[in-house]
Amino acid sequence: MVRFGNSIAGRDRGGAWFLGILTLIAIAVPVLNILVPPSSTFHLSAYGIALIGKYLCYGMLALALDLIWGFCGILSLGHAAFFALGGYAMGMYLMREIGPRGVYGNPILPDFMVFLNWKSLPWFWHGFNHFLFAAAMVVAVPALLALVFGWFAFRSRVTGVYFSIITQALTYALMLAFFRNNMGFGGNNGFTDFKDILGFDLHSDGTHAVLLVITAVALGASYLACRAIVDSRAGRVIRAIRDAESRTRFLGYPVESFKLWLFVFSGIIAGIAGALYVPQIGIINPSEFAPINSIEAVIWVAVGGRGTLYGAIAGAVLVNYAKTYLTGAFPEVWLYALGALFVLVTRYLPRGIIGLLPSKDKVVPKAALLGESHEESARSRQAARS
Amino acid sequence: MIRFPRGGQRFFGPLLLLGALFAAHAQSPKDANFLSTLGELREATYSGKAGIVERLGQSGHPSVRAVLTALLEERLYYRNSDQKVFIAKSADSDPLNLIDPLSLKNSGSAPAANLTQIGTNNALRRVVRMAVARFGLSSPSASVRLDAAREMLKSLDDPTVALLRERLGVERNSSVRKEIATGLALAALDSPDTKTRLAAISTLKGGLSQDVRNRLALLLDKSSDGAFIEKDENVRRAAASAVAAIDRWRTFYSGFQTLFFGLSLGSVLVLIAIGLAITFGVMGVINMAHGELMMLGAYTTYAVQLAMPGHTGISILLAIPAAFIVSGLTGIAMERTIIRHLYGRPLETLLATFGVSLILQQSVRSIFTALNRSVITPDWMSGSLRLNDAIEITYNRLYVVIFTLLVFSLILAVLKRTRVGLDIRAVSQNRAMAKAMGIRTDWVDAMTFGLGSGIAGVAGVALSQLTNVGPNLGQSYIIDSFMVVVFGGVGNLWGSLIGGMSMGIVNELLEPYAGAVLAKIFVLVALILFIQARPRGLFPQAGRAAEDK
Repeated sequence: MVRFGNSIAGRDRGGAWFLGILTLIAIAVPVLNILVPPSSTFHLSAYGIALIGKYLCYGMLALALDLIWGFCGILSLGHAAFFALGGYAMGMYLMREIGPRGVYGNPILPDFMVFLNWKSLPWFWHGFNHFLFAAAMVVAVPALLALVFGWFAFRSRVTGVYFSIITQALTYALMLAFFRNNMGFGGNNGFTDFKDILGFDLHSDGTHAVLLVITAVALGASYLACRAIVDSRAGRVIRAIRDAESRTRFLGYPVESFKLWLFVFSGIIAGIAGALYVPQIGIINPSEFAPINSIEAVIWVAVGGRGTLYGAIAGAVLVNYAKTYLTGAFPEVWLYALGALFVLVTRYLPRGIIGLLPSKDKVVPKAALLGESHEESARSRQAARS
Repeated sequence: MIRFPRGGQRFFGPLLLLGALFAAHAQSPKDANFLSTLGELREATYSGKAGIVERLGQSGHPSVRAVLTALLEERLYYRNSDQKVFIAKSADSDPLNLIDPLSLKNSGSAPAANLTQIGTNNALRRVVRMAVARFGLSSPSASVRLDAAREMLKSLDDPTVALLRERLGVERNSSVRKEIATGLALAALDSPDTKTRLAAISTLKGGLSQDVRNRLALLLDKSSDGAFIEKDENVRRAAASAVAAIDRWRTFYSGFQTLFFGLSLGSVLVLIAIGLAITFGVMGVINMAHGELMMLGAYTTYAVQLAMPGHTGISILLAIPAAFIVSGLTGIAMERTIIRHLYGRPLETLLATFGVSLILQQSVRSIFTALNRSVITPDWMSGSLRLNDAIEITYNRLYVVIFTLLVFSLILAVLKRTRVGLDIRAVSQNRAMAKAMGIRTDWVDAMTFGLGSGIAGVAGVALSQLTNVGPNLGQSYIIDSFMVVVFGGVGNLWGSLIGGMSMGIVNELLEPYAGAVLAKIFVLVALILFIQARPRGLFPQAGRAAEDK
């Protein structure tokens, strides 16, 4: 059915292109920023680095989403929740790192806790002064949420739109919770005013350049990991679940565990993306949990091309570039454009922009691209309208 | 105590009418006297003003009540140029609309800068309130008398008690009598006679008001030296049982009130979900633009109100069909251009309709700006219905419950009793068979989607009375409405009704313990868990129709 090659350089031409461009970015950005003098037109400002860093983080989120949606047919409308949780874990470390340099100068408590008149650190804030602990939490917290939520959902066979709706409710509930001041996560304002990470100044161009390189490496590594998964034998089962869930179950595969582990892995990638996002952007607040963020991430994947991995990343970068440009130049137009993108892509471009490129391989069967299983399409053919 | 000239208070009502008739004529000596007393208010100290208020009350002039009410509400002004005293219609507007204090007729308007407000303080306001209440007690309207009696209960002194006793003899209205009796009993609690106190307690026992309860509870307190304030043990025992009785009833009624609040919140949920129950439930289409169709309905209300200023009440009623048409046509347009091509692909429809929702939001933003618009609530919808001392129900909550039930039964009637409804049900149960029977399924799809969207618009009219009308109105309700439909069971209108109502009640029950936001989070989490247990909702569709979905 799917004929991705076993070696990436061999058959996965899109992936090879993607990794090549990523490497180029990882090399060019520091060079353009540090070696090219600020007077030159080729100089990349700190803002530019942060912007590219942001795109790459969004690309990672799109990758995570494509892994479950494009290959397993699980449409999560709450994936930004994992992204935000990873971001919050990193934000907690960065808040502790501020130490006595905050406005109130309290060596232990972050500013917002002093402001709320708290006397001691809540239990879940302990340990976040160690980077390694925080890094572990960046992986563990989204993974745990994905595990618990996925276990409940997949075990009771919540599928299709039902799954989409409850993931949306999940991220909405989390948003409401994080908005509360007494949750201990800074309420409305979230975390900001970070000073440094592991002793490196977060306001220097050098730190940003290094963070960008790390993001690029993380994105490349996640891509290779996802590619390895989908090309493995397990990947075939995963695609079989997407195309005919019941049939796969009847063939004896433990469908629920495949879905669950894939969902957890996807949540972890999203969490890491969020953790890389926060130090580069400099703020994390509950609006990251907003349901619209998750839906926007879905449209990146749809625009780029579902079930291709690199397409999703390309979609994330392109849509966000358009967003940066349009919200700056024509703020009125952005929502119209985004709305039209949703409509046009679903209506006319089921394979995304990658589908427009000439390709020798019929990569994914049409039915899968239309987001329905064979079983469903058989039914809808039966109920065909005209 | 006020003594009215020529006869008691009961003649005051007719007197007021007579006074109004004469007011149009030239100033009588009584008018002149009244005006000069009124004029003294300009310069007097607060304590001096209290004396003037008493004298105004004794003057028996027909305008006294209006003037004193205005003073109480800080709407009494004098003109800087000629020192003449005026009542302002409302204190907020500028220029102020003036009313002549003698004739109580409009007398033009003047910029607020040219007028000086006659100030009050707390002590003065108490005096004025009492004076107004005394007038109210002799009003011809029973509801005014009731309010006046309640007001007097708040500060009982000897003259008040004497006045109440006098009124008890002439009062015919049973609820006013009850209020007066309560007042007298409260006063009787201070009596030195044990029997009188016991009798008072037994009168008060049947009451519900918090003030009465607190007053009775005082009898059980100990003074600082450890001795009971109330010496007699029987009285104490009676007071304790009366307090317990009142508490029991108040708890019962507050439970009742919570239930009603839950029902009204649930009604809102049902109203916003029911259109979705049709498009999602009957057609299997995930319409993420449902919230925006509600927003369109709310903006239609705003536009209708703007088009007919001064007719708030009628404009709301007209807005209902208008919103149905606007949202319904938008829905049909959506169905014909986009959704039609995506049937059988629910996840695609979800994304495409989300795109439509963004476009609708932004177009509203372009037309009406991003600012919230205020829709005026008609008079008959503001205020509240007071059932007894423990329950007060605001009219807008009451109306939303009634409105929801009306809309719900109307939809049921359309689905069960009309030809279109028959077609809709046939197509939703078995599309191929319905088509074979000659039903134009295309047309039915468009009608169904239009119906669901139109109802979203109607829900928007109701929402415009309850929340801010802004471009984000829809977004804040879409998740709730999906949860109601999924909870109730897709494709089941009754399920949505029961689901929405129970979600509303649970939310209100949790709110006192957890706070509004946490209660909402609990409900969401509970629903997420519930869906795990029953993935098809409370009332799942059974049979082949369900499997074809």
